[in-house]
Amino acid sequence: MPIIEQLVTSFIASAAFVIIFNGPKRSLFHCGLVGMIGWMLYFLLESNGLDMVLATVIAAFAIAIAAQYFAKKYKTPVIIYSVAGIIPLVPGGIAYNAMRNFVQNDYNLAINLAAKAFMISGSIAIGLVFSEVINQVIRRSKLKSIVNKSQ
Amino acid sequence: METEIELQETYDIMAVCLLAGKIMLQSGAETYRVEDTMMRIAASFGAYQSHPYVTPTGILFSVEGAEPTKTKLIRIVERTTDLEKVASVNGISRKISAGEYTIEQAYKLLKKIDQSGSPYSLWVHVLAAAISSGCFLIMFQGSWGDFFPAFITGGVGFLSLLYFHKLVQIKFFSEFSASLLIGLQAFFFVHIGIGGELDKIIIGSVMPLVPGLLITNAVRDLMAGHLISGLAKGADAFLTAFAIGAGIAVTFSFL
Repeated sequence: MPIIEQLVTSFIASAAFVIIFNGPKRSLFHCGLVGMIGWMLYFLLESNGLDMVLATVIAAFAIAIAAQYFAKKYKTPVIIYSVAGIIPLVPGGIAYNAMRNFVQNDYNLAINLAAKAFMISGSIAIGLVFSEVINQVIRRSKLKSIVNKSQ
Repeated sequence: METEIELQETYDIMAVCLLAGKIMLQSGAETYRVEDTMMRIAASFGAYQSHPYVTPTGILFSVEGAEPTKTKLIRIVERTTDLEKVASVNGISRKISAGEYTIEQAYKLLKKIDQSGSPYSLWVHVLAAAISSGCFLIMFQGSWGDFFPAFITGGVGFLSLLYFHKLVQIKFFSEFSASLLIGLQAFFFVHIGIGGELDKIIIGSVMPLVPGLLITNAVRDLMAGHLISGLAKGADAFLTAFAIGAGIAVTFSFL
């Protein structure tokens, strides 16, 4: 039951975010799907005891692949899909708790949490970089085939 | 293939490229996409040697032809997020590359996109922010009883962000005020007994303000080698995050 709850809410939240960013109407459904895939992967991995940072890297990587796929298929900029997927992974909760502890003068706990939030942001970045690498590898192989044809 | 292009034509090509670049940059596209699009459009109209230099606050564009190199600069002051425009300019650029449009047709189409408003009305935006706040609450393991407070808090928070931004053109101030308002509302809901967990409600409602697009863009720009744009966008994202955090922090210091 909690899984269905998570599936539905992550889909709606990602699609709603695309509306906030004025995304094209025809891509709302696909953006929701990308967000759902990323969040479900993160949720399942994290609730099965995997480290938060590693779970975020894997989820961001999956989001990147899904976003690239949809971008290629519908000839739309990849950013529309990746943004929808990344948003749920942003460590808002941890950053919030860090801020709260700073204000309540519990600096030790606050620094701990801030470091964790920083690590998670970094792992989102790593996932996105993977997407860039894959994109360039594909592009280069396509370029090669074009060059080969023209020779 | 034409080797020499007329003087007037060069200026026309530059106008089309700059307009396309301006729309994309203002709407939140990545720097490398803006540069790539401008070069593609120029090349498909016959200007094979062009050098766009794009930063978040301005575009420099020079075209080399038979005559001395021509360079133009435009300033970008206001930046919003409008992914629909990015997608439509991208689509037009593809069609230009395929040779479907003349320079005039392309310019007219781009002008139309530039002047078009948001595809969604204000209330759809607010509703989307409210719904996503509620959904994030559930995603962060909140209880369904807190869905309604988060829905209201997130919606009002986002509406106040838009309102404050219209009132004062300083991003930091509007984000700070919006998150302060979110914190106060969440506290109010918990105080009168409608909301349960204060933390979860605030985290969920703050999500629509989170600079997700900026973070994504900053990373992609840095990786593509656009160091200035990447750092500038990263600083922008950090400022936004700091404004949100400060707003919430002030709420707590009241309590």
